[in-house]
Amino acid sequence: MSANLEEILSQGLHALAESTDLTQLDQVRVTYLGKKGAFTLQMKELGKLDPDQRRAVGQVINKAKGEFQQKLEAAKAAMQQAALDERLASESVDVTLPGRGQSIAGLHPVTITLRRISKIFASVGFKVVEGPEIEDDYHNFEALNIPAHHPARAMHDTFYFDAHTVLRTHTSPVQIRAMEAEAPPLKVIAPGRVYRCDSDVTHTPMFHQVEGFLVDTDVSFADLKGVVYEFLRAFFEKDIQVRFRPSYFPFTEPSAEVDIECVMCDGKGCRVCGHTGWLEVMGCGMIHPEVFKSVDINSDEFTGFAFGMGVERLAMLRYGINDLRMFFENDLKFLEQFN
Amino acid sequence: MQISEAWLRELVNPPVTTEELVEQLTMAGLEVDSVEPAAAEFSGVVVGEVISIEQHSNADKLRVCQVAVGEAEPIQIVCGASNVKAGLKIPAALVGAVLPGDFKIKKSKLRGELSLGMLCSEKELGLAADADGLMELFDAAPVGTDIREYLALNDKIIELDLTPNRADCLSVEGVAREIAVLNEMDWTPVAVSAVEVTHESVINVSVEETEACPRYLGRLIKNVNPNAETPLWMQERLRRSGIRSLGPIVDVTNYVLLELGQPLHAFDAGKLTGSITVRVGENGEELALLNDQTIKLDGEALVIADEKQALALAGVMGGEATSVTDQTNDVFLECAFFTPIAIAGKARNFGLHTDSSHRFERGVDFCVQVRAIERATQLIVEITGGSVGPITEVTTTANLPKRNPVNLRQQRIEKVLGISMANDDVTRMFNSLGMQVEVHSEGWNITPPGCRFDIEIEADLLEEVGRLYGYNNLPNSSLLMRSELGKADEAKLPIARVEDLLVDKGYQEAITYSFVDEDIQKVIAPNDEFIRLKNPISSELSVMRTTLWCGLLNAALYNTKRQQSRVRLFETGLRFIKNNNETVQQKMLSGLVLGNVVTEQWSEKSRKVDFFDLKGDLAAIFHLSDCNNVQYSSVKHPALHPGQSAEIVNGEGRSIGVMGMLHPSLEKPLGFETPVFLFELDQELVFKKQIPKFEALSKFPSVRRDMALVVAETVTIAEIISNIHGCNEKVIKDVQIFDVYRGVGVAEGYKSVALSLILQDFTQTLTDSEIDAIFSKVLEMLTNNINAKLRD
Repeated sequence: MSANLEEILSQGLHALAESTDLTQLDQVRVTYLGKKGAFTLQMKELGKLDPDQRRAVGQVINKAKGEFQQKLEAAKAAMQQAALDERLASESVDVTLPGRGQSIAGLHPVTITLRRISKIFASVGFKVVEGPEIEDDYHNFEALNIPAHHPARAMHDTFYFDAHTVLRTHTSPVQIRAMEAEAPPLKVIAPGRVYRCDSDVTHTPMFHQVEGFLVDTDVSFADLKGVVYEFLRAFFEKDIQVRFRPSYFPFTEPSAEVDIECVMCDGKGCRVCGHTGWLEVMGCGMIHPEVFKSVDINSDEFTGFAFGMGVERLAMLRYGINDLRMFFENDLKFLEQFN
Repeated sequence: MQISEAWLRELVNPPVTTEELVEQLTMAGLEVDSVEPAAAEFSGVVVGEVISIEQHSNADKLRVCQVAVGEAEPIQIVCGASNVKAGLKIPAALVGAVLPGDFKIKKSKLRGELSLGMLCSEKELGLAADADGLMELFDAAPVGTDIREYLALNDKIIELDLTPNRADCLSVEGVAREIAVLNEMDWTPVAVSAVEVTHESVINVSVEETEACPRYLGRLIKNVNPNAETPLWMQERLRRSGIRSLGPIVDVTNYVLLELGQPLHAFDAGKLTGSITVRVGENGEELALLNDQTIKLDGEALVIADEKQALALAGVMGGEATSVTDQTNDVFLECAFFTPIAIAGKARNFGLHTDSSHRFERGVDFCVQVRAIERATQLIVEITGGSVGPITEVTTTANLPKRNPVNLRQQRIEKVLGISMANDDVTRMFNSLGMQVEVHSEGWNITPPGCRFDIEIEADLLEEVGRLYGYNNLPNSSLLMRSELGKADEAKLPIARVEDLLVDKGYQEAITYSFVDEDIQKVIAPNDEFIRLKNPISSELSVMRTTLWCGLLNAALYNTKRQQSRVRLFETGLRFIKNNNETVQQKMLSGLVLGNVVTEQWSEKSRKVDFFDLKGDLAAIFHLSDCNNVQYSSVKHPALHPGQSAEIVNGEGRSIGVMGMLHPSLEKPLGFETPVFLFELDQELVFKKQIPKFEALSKFPSVRRDMALVVAETVTIAEIISNIHGCNEKVIKDVQIFDVYRGVGVAEGYKSVALSLILQDFTQTLTDSEIDAIFSKVLEMLTNNINAKLRD
């Protein structure tokens, strides 16, 4: 190697070592490897040599140039790594700090419960129907076989606007409206707000019910039992005991109350079930022929069943809520528990 | 209704435990609410007789008594009760006795005097909530007998919660009949025979209202002993049914009511004037009732009257003036059948509810009156003596309820109940219920007894079959339903989607009452015509809401009072507006926000929510539906800030809602310390959706041109945009506002608005000259119409 070439290489390596950032490094690259760079010029000199010398000298120059290039790449890589390390260090965060942005809220437990009930029934083709909350006496009582002065009216503490207009006391009037609107076969559920003039620890003047009914040519009490039973198991996601007790509703005959094994104590008896092991969860029965008559359905041809349940009660049992009044206080601390 | 188990078992005594009996009743539809012991647990108490008493030498109020308790010698007991006297028979708790509450009786000294027990009151034995003195037993009580045995206290009180259709079980006999059927055994009705008539005097009875009162029986019993006392067994049975003893005559009427289910009334015959009439009240007529209430009668009220005045509200309650007292010598006994329709609602009209009205309005057996009056006569004579007159009876047979045979078709049992049942079993079942059964080729004709008012149609008979077969024994079938494919309505935005959107935007769902405080509603929505409840639960919940804001504001306040500085709520539900005498029930979606936009955060400066945050949330809702081209315009709303309130109008020009800041002058009065933002939308108008329709995409690039305009403050952004669209240049695809500036460089009263035009053509790439031409056209339009200038 010529002294000159050795000098160039040594200076080049020195310049690389002196470089502190990528810009300087790039300048060094241009100085030595650019179009007019030191190594490039050396190569250009080759042409002046004898053809037989050219090859040997060229090899020497290429070797020196190769050494320089290698060092240059190494220096560049080290610098990039250092820069990356620095960036990573400076950008590190405490990953345990909370994230940013809008918080997500939730639905009211009554809505959550209503949606679950609707979903269960909709999955077998029940249609969801709504009705007015201010009802006439006919749909709320008369058509449901509860004439004026019927003792059953005392079971409904009714809010009145005038003698013929009430706040519906149950969702059953939707049954009448649905049967007036459409001919059987019918499979309907009707969720919604209902009102009773009663307010204490276990009663609020407004609450929610889901009414359901099915009318077809061969519907029996056994079908009613099957549907109610399957529904309760689906709702509580548990293989619970269910019993049917004879009861009385003017709009069904036969009528039944449905009890489930207490979900708080597994039927052993506790304060919630009044130490009976059973909880009343819904009323039901076969649709009364008088009700069919009021909507012009032939009760010899068609039979049907209907059921009604209190949504707050089911929500209380499902989520272990112990105070009915909390549903309508809308305390965020309460509501957020269901988010 | 509550009754003694021992009394029931006197009529029918199946070999089952109390628990089993109660289970049988509940599962047959006579729901048992509770079973309580007839008396609390206690022991070691016997019938004692006070032989002598002496004043305690060291205590004014104490007496030292010698008490016979059935042992060889009387024992000494110190007693403080004021009614203690020699000869009195009382319950005596002996040393070793344990009284209710685990109170043990020990030998003790009271101020130096030895006391070997305690004389007891009814309260101390757990028989009554209160007592003023010792319990006084009958003179005939056998000294030394255990008091539990003497009073037959080892009994249970069964409380039944009967449904209105089972009036036949509002008596001991009725329940006994049911128990007999359930256990397939016989029962023993109360033995009643005609009492011998010993005088011929009568009080004449005439019935004007024969439809309301198809049967009226009366009987005069003379010279009863006013000092007679109700026997202990009867008092105890009444007590166990929750009825206080009020003297033998009244007690007997109550006893027969419990026993046979027939209400009776006794008048003091000495206070009657002339004959008895069953008639309606006269307008303005007054009647002072036994409960110290004086009612005003009218033509709707059925009364029992003599020739002078109304004496009793028929089937509900007697009057004060002719009531039986401890001075009564002659009694006029009434035993009538009033029809359910005649009594139903009458008691409630006067705010009354009595054992009598409860039974009549549900239906009393119209065949039992003779038996009941004989039974009452027999008991009265046994207890008070007296001479018995003949029964006066006024019966209008045509007006008595009819018991028509009801046809039960065999095949309906299978169709409705899903079971098949042997014909003989069905016949036997109905016979045991006291029904007349006639078998025919397709089933049965069944005639119910007088006590059953709930058997009128086939379904009623099917219920009896199902009930006695046992609902739980009926099969559970997996329903085989006709299926139709469901609908997937794409033209309607489901409310659940919008609820979920709001939830994801941090709104918590609330449910508030549909009735609100009138005063607050008048402040929030003074122009809405609302409707009022006739019988509200309280004045705070007296009118129907015309906006969901009343409830939401109330709920927000509830939370801000509980240290919540950030509240975001929404509610869905009806509002009720009166419109030309029609009540419109309109589905709304409303929301409320106050406090910071997002929860306080470690790295960002917190900012209070404002008008545009809310508007952004609404835009998201509108984006889901087809309300993309809604217009907001300033509006004066009584509840909202005049400078920050907008009416929202859809593409068809219909108002779909309103939003804005709660009027600052309402903040403090309503209890808020920070601005509150509200919105309310009409669900029907907002949740419409159009099924998307594909539009071809342009293959050519789009271009953006920015424009900074200076316009007067009064010019709205909506005006600028509508003017740009007014140029009718199809290539203008979008206009975006990216800055609004006021201050240095912009004259007072003006603002600078920076916007970008997005331009794209379908057939070519736009050239610079075409773009410039459109830009100039837009500027010219804006200059001409709203006096806009390009900012330098």
